[in-house]
Amino acid sequence: MSGPVRLRIRGLAKRFGGLVAVKDIGFDLAAGEILGLIGPNGSGKSTVMKLIMGVERPDSGTIEFAGKDIAGWPAHRIARAGLNMVFQHSRPLHRQTVLEHVKLALLPDSLVRLAAAPHIEERARTIAARVGLADVADRHPSTLPFAALRRLEVAKAIARDPQVMLIDEPFAGLTLAEIGDFSDLIRGFRDEGRAVLLVDHSVKSVAALADRTLAMYLGEKVAEGSTDEVMQNETVRRVYLGGKIEAAERSHVPAETPALLEVEDLSVLYGKAQALDRVGCVVREGEFISIVGLNGAGKTTLFNAISGLVPYSGAVRFEGHDINGRTVGAIARGGVVQCPESRELFTHMSVRENLDLGGQHLPPAARATHLEWLFDLFPILRQRQSQHARTLSGGEQQMLAIARSMMMQPKLLILDEPTLGLAPVILEQLSKAMDRLRSTSITVLLGEQNVTFALPHADRVYVLDHGRITWEGAPGRFAREMGTGYL
Amino acid sequence: MTFEDKSPRSARAMARLLHSRLLWICAVAVIAALTLPLWVSAYLLGVLTAAYYFGIFAMSWDLLFGFAGEVNFGPTFLIGIGAYAAAILNSRYGLSIPLCVLAGAATAIVGGVLLAVPALRLRGPYFGLVTLVAVLLLLNAVVIFAGVTGGEIGMTVPDVLSIDATTNYWIALAALIISAAILFGLSRSTLGLILQASGQDPVGTQALGFNITKHKVAAFCTSAAFSGTAGALLVFYMGTASVDTVVDIAIGVQVIIAAVLGGRRTILGAVLGAVFLILATELLRPLGQLNTFVVAAVALAVILFFPEGLLGYAMHAGERK
Repeated sequence: MSGPVRLRIRGLAKRFGGLVAVKDIGFDLAAGEILGLIGPNGSGKSTVMKLIMGVERPDSGTIEFAGKDIAGWPAHRIARAGLNMVFQHSRPLHRQTVLEHVKLALLPDSLVRLAAAPHIEERARTIAARVGLADVADRHPSTLPFAALRRLEVAKAIARDPQVMLIDEPFAGLTLAEIGDFSDLIRGFRDEGRAVLLVDHSVKSVAALADRTLAMYLGEKVAEGSTDEVMQNETVRRVYLGGKIEAAERSHVPAETPALLEVEDLSVLYGKAQALDRVGCVVREGEFISIVGLNGAGKTTLFNAISGLVPYSGAVRFEGHDINGRTVGAIARGGVVQCPESRELFTHMSVRENLDLGGQHLPPAARATHLEWLFDLFPILRQRQSQHARTLSGGEQQMLAIARSMMMQPKLLILDEPTLGLAPVILEQLSKAMDRLRSTSITVLLGEQNVTFALPHADRVYVLDHGRITWEGAPGRFAREMGTGYL
Repeated sequence: MTFEDKSPRSARAMARLLHSRLLWICAVAVIAALTLPLWVSAYLLGVLTAAYYFGIFAMSWDLLFGFAGEVNFGPTFLIGIGAYAAAILNSRYGLSIPLCVLAGAATAIVGGVLLAVPALRLRGPYFGLVTLVAVLLLLNAVVIFAGVTGGEIGMTVPDVLSIDATTNYWIALAALIISAAILFGLSRSTLGLILQASGQDPVGTQALGFNITKHKVAAFCTSAAFSGTAGALLVFYMGTASVDTVVDIAIGVQVIIAAVLGGRRTILGAVLGAVFLILATELLRPLGQLNTFVVAAVALAVILFFPEGLLGYAMHAGERK
């Protein structure tokens, strides 16, 4: 089925400071083929793509495309040669419509052409229609849902008409139906004879699409072959899939325990959109509460309201005091510490400095003991102490974010989607950390889309759907009562 | 479902409305500017003449900041080079005014390229710092080569545009309208689109095959050409070139405030900001020492309460209701 080799990569390597991101990676990519690149977070998949695209410069190795070694070329030259990358994070322009974004991708790199050629408008509309954006072509990206923005990225890629497409994490944050749509689009590229390199940590989605698969771990290739072979490979199974998530037995928190946090009739409006609608929940001292809901259900908004980051109506009582109207800093010092979805690390500071900032208010002795405890919780952070936070892998960054929040010695720790974009092997480590958190006196409020991760640790579960609490109960009842209705 | 069907059409209608609103504001402004000489004093015309040149400075600056996303803290580097090149050619070599203005623009472009090519290798605030240092270098150069430049006292040019206030006003207005038309056209062209993309998402734009350095340098050259031209014209309007009027950092700060006051990414708003700033400073002169303070306070208040600037506010007012 596949045609001539388009991309021939040999001995590709890249270091970031002391971190070896990619080490001696080589593979061929043929026309009309989808090559899946899998591996846990931090294994160097995205870096490989950025090296090919010229976004990062490789330290060594060759990337042969159309008879030329393009390694080290600037990104715009590589793009003009016929490669394209669909980025994981879309950053649309503020003032341009969807159609103008597609038009941009169709324009020549010229300083003298002031107006687009007449056929470009029509071509842009055709492309928008192909990815299912015809109805919203004249709208601004800020008014569109997440999946539409991902479609826009794909539309831009189609507009470039590339021979080689590099697609980074296309399925992150999409629902099952949307994943199906995107898979169809990607299959379409293969059928048009393009060479597709697909990176995703969702093994299932990659396995369903890829003709061949290459597995990476810690920057190195651990297996290559047909997708089935790679999935059966023992090393891959061990490093990638990890074990099952199991939770320790917990002692029940009695119902008469005083409430640490009470949320009553909390509503948030974003312009015209009702993000939260009279939400109520109770977190008792020592409890581990999970709030589950799909992307866009309002979990982050709820946490931001509790932390004082967004204005709201209704009441939030912490230790019996209404905290609506208190400043973000005062709420955090009061003991409600949020570890946000976006992590918000100080990326240009070292791991240690990030942690020290979190523990700024502690006396030195207490800070040292607390730090020790956290290093036991996340041993990898001890090794990485002097590294800049931005050089950490996604999973390590998440651990650092949690550890930094813990340095503030919270009474209530709010964890917003800690599993976002993380591979199962990291989930397992995080899950163990959650278990140890349970054995302390800290009360935890966890927001998750990943039910498998959210349920085992929870004492009670709330389901948030379109800004409303639709279900509340023990995790054991969740499967029975919510069942498949949740997704 | 009906909502889904209607939204693209209403978005298009909204875009058209906005477009026409901008057209309307411009038409009123141009007609007002054209009729001013009929009923306004020669003194006020003189103030407006200077304000119009300032408007060109501010528009040029907005092309860099609002579109290319680069904060040029030294707009007076480009202005000053154009102004002094024109003044020196006129006073020492006796070249005619049009030639001097052209030469001023050309020199500003050369200066702009010499500054931009190395500076654009830097990211974020460092680019801004380099442009700031460039102004200090120019300032020192003017003082050190006092024999040619007149040093801190400044130099008088033998030729002036006109001694008639109304003629001077027409020249400035013509320069302003031509510059505004070209810069605004550029900002709405495909080049403006590529430039905005380069400013907001450099990595993504490169991966779409655009050499963003090329586009940013081009933007810098365009900005330099208009700054240099307006700087040279200002010299031949005032009859002198001095550090205080075309190089000083305070002048650069005023240009920046004018552009932000008028509205970032609007190009035309910069004119509004410049006229407001210069006019207010003149009209409040009776306040004496308090004058600059009051103008600064008003500018600060506008920036705080209308972050989109005067024009941005005028265009979007009522839209959210």
